[in-house]
Amino acid sequence: MRFSGWRVLKEGLTGNKGWTPHWRDPEPRTEYDVVIIGGGGHGLATAYYLAKEHGITNVAVLEKGYLGGGNVGRNTTIVRANYYLPGNSEFYSHSLKLWEGMEQDLNYNAMMSQRGILNLYHNDGQRDAAVRRGNAIINQGDDAELLSRDQVRELAPFLNFDNNRFPIMGGLMQRRAGTARHDAVAWGYARGADMRGVDLIQNCEVTGIDVENGKVVGVQTARGPIRARKVALAAAGRSGQVAAMAGLTLPIESHVLQAFVSEGLKPIVDHVITFAEGHLYISQSDKGGLVFGSYLDFYSSYAARGNLPMVEHTMESFVAMVPAVSKARLLRSWGGIMDMTPDGSPIIDHSPIDGLYLNCGWCYGGFKATPGSGHVYAHLIATDRPHGAATKLKLDRFRSGHGLMDEEGTGAQHNLH
Amino acid sequence: MRIACPLCGERDRREFYYKGAALVRPAAGAGLDAWHEYVNLRENPAGPLDELWYHEMGCNSWLKVTRDTATHEILAVQLAAEAGLGGEP
Repeated sequence: MRFSGWRVLKEGLTGNKGWTPHWRDPEPRTEYDVVIIGGGGHGLATAYYLAKEHGITNVAVLEKGYLGGGNVGRNTTIVRANYYLPGNSEFYSHSLKLWEGMEQDLNYNAMMSQRGILNLYHNDGQRDAAVRRGNAIINQGDDAELLSRDQVRELAPFLNFDNNRFPIMGGLMQRRAGTARHDAVAWGYARGADMRGVDLIQNCEVTGIDVENGKVVGVQTARGPIRARKVALAAAGRSGQVAAMAGLTLPIESHVLQAFVSEGLKPIVDHVITFAEGHLYISQSDKGGLVFGSYLDFYSSYAARGNLPMVEHTMESFVAMVPAVSKARLLRSWGGIMDMTPDGSPIIDHSPIDGLYLNCGWCYGGFKATPGSGHVYAHLIATDRPHGAATKLKLDRFRSGHGLMDEEGTGAQHNLH
Repeated sequence: MRIACPLCGERDRREFYYKGAALVRPAAGAGLDAWHEYVNLRENPAGPLDELWYHEMGCNSWLKVTRDTATHEILAVQLAAEAGLGGEP
């Protein structure tokens, strides 16, 4: 079933009786070429690109809950490519280009909205960093503009320009950045993969990974054993536990990151805006809710909820940045489990076990990576060589110390990212 | 979340700085693998975990805190100095 304006019109006139489920609900087969563990954004995108780009369709995506029920279903939906450090920079550039063509490619409305991201700066040091970052972004072929205080005021007059501690001096704008409808991204990839023959198997928790003579041969699941030539992890916050089933210990700590939505308001925030001093980021959803978040809670956690000190910090930052929202009511909050690496950057690589692949360590930035992650991971699984945009996302960088990607410059240490 | 410092009593989480898993330090001459494991690799359990917390806004003690990462329940607190984490000199 393809979506089109004509189809919407026809269904509208015939009682919407022609719509069909977006994907099948197959029984797991006993054997696949590739089994992907994790039916979130990255796992589904990987399956889609395996089928589309590499013609590998004998693929199963195993999801312990429901498709898109993990972090892709609970994030702040921001899409951007304003990175600086080589390694991350070209990867996210690649990902943003895929975002731009994704809806046409998938024939699915993911409500991709290139409303622009504005990173505010508040002092000379941050301005210099913004200039340097902007130049790096332009050099990698993406867009960046340095805006003056007056230009920022014109775009976002509601910001607190007279904050004594953190006066707004200007901002770095990337107009191609924006937001996308997170659930629809998962659904679009699920549908696209299913249409190409991939089996999407829900309620199918992986309980063991079978390794014989250093080579992966399959997985044990809640719905029986499944043999596979290749097994690919895409389990986000649970990556450590899934890898442990194969006897691997990863350089990952799982932490919780909270996010918040206010009650629905009239349109006020037209862009994604980040406030450097408080590490706050906000956007406004199409329903009107202000979507915002700030730091991790900064300790290991598998609880899909956070603690109050970070709630308080986030609210303080938000009101400091946008005083007008201080009377808005908070609708809800949630926590996602983040697979944090010591340097804050992801891993897409072979594992030390033959045929077992790793896609983990997305820290708090997995959503914007979704198409890029799936695309380069599929390339790695299909060809056993890293994609050109992901040559530095290696597992052994922690052991060797070569090529650590410490974007924030805070140090390659677990508790700092 | 509140942590019962053995010296100061039960205090708010905001008085503490989180360092991560409390692991026994390898000997100075231990090989690359041992140090890589100590610095980078983590068991990362969903359940009880031994962690290091620093009572930054209290008595400045380093604490070994056993905490359940799934429920945030604090199960035990001990002075790190008495926990034998220093390993071989």
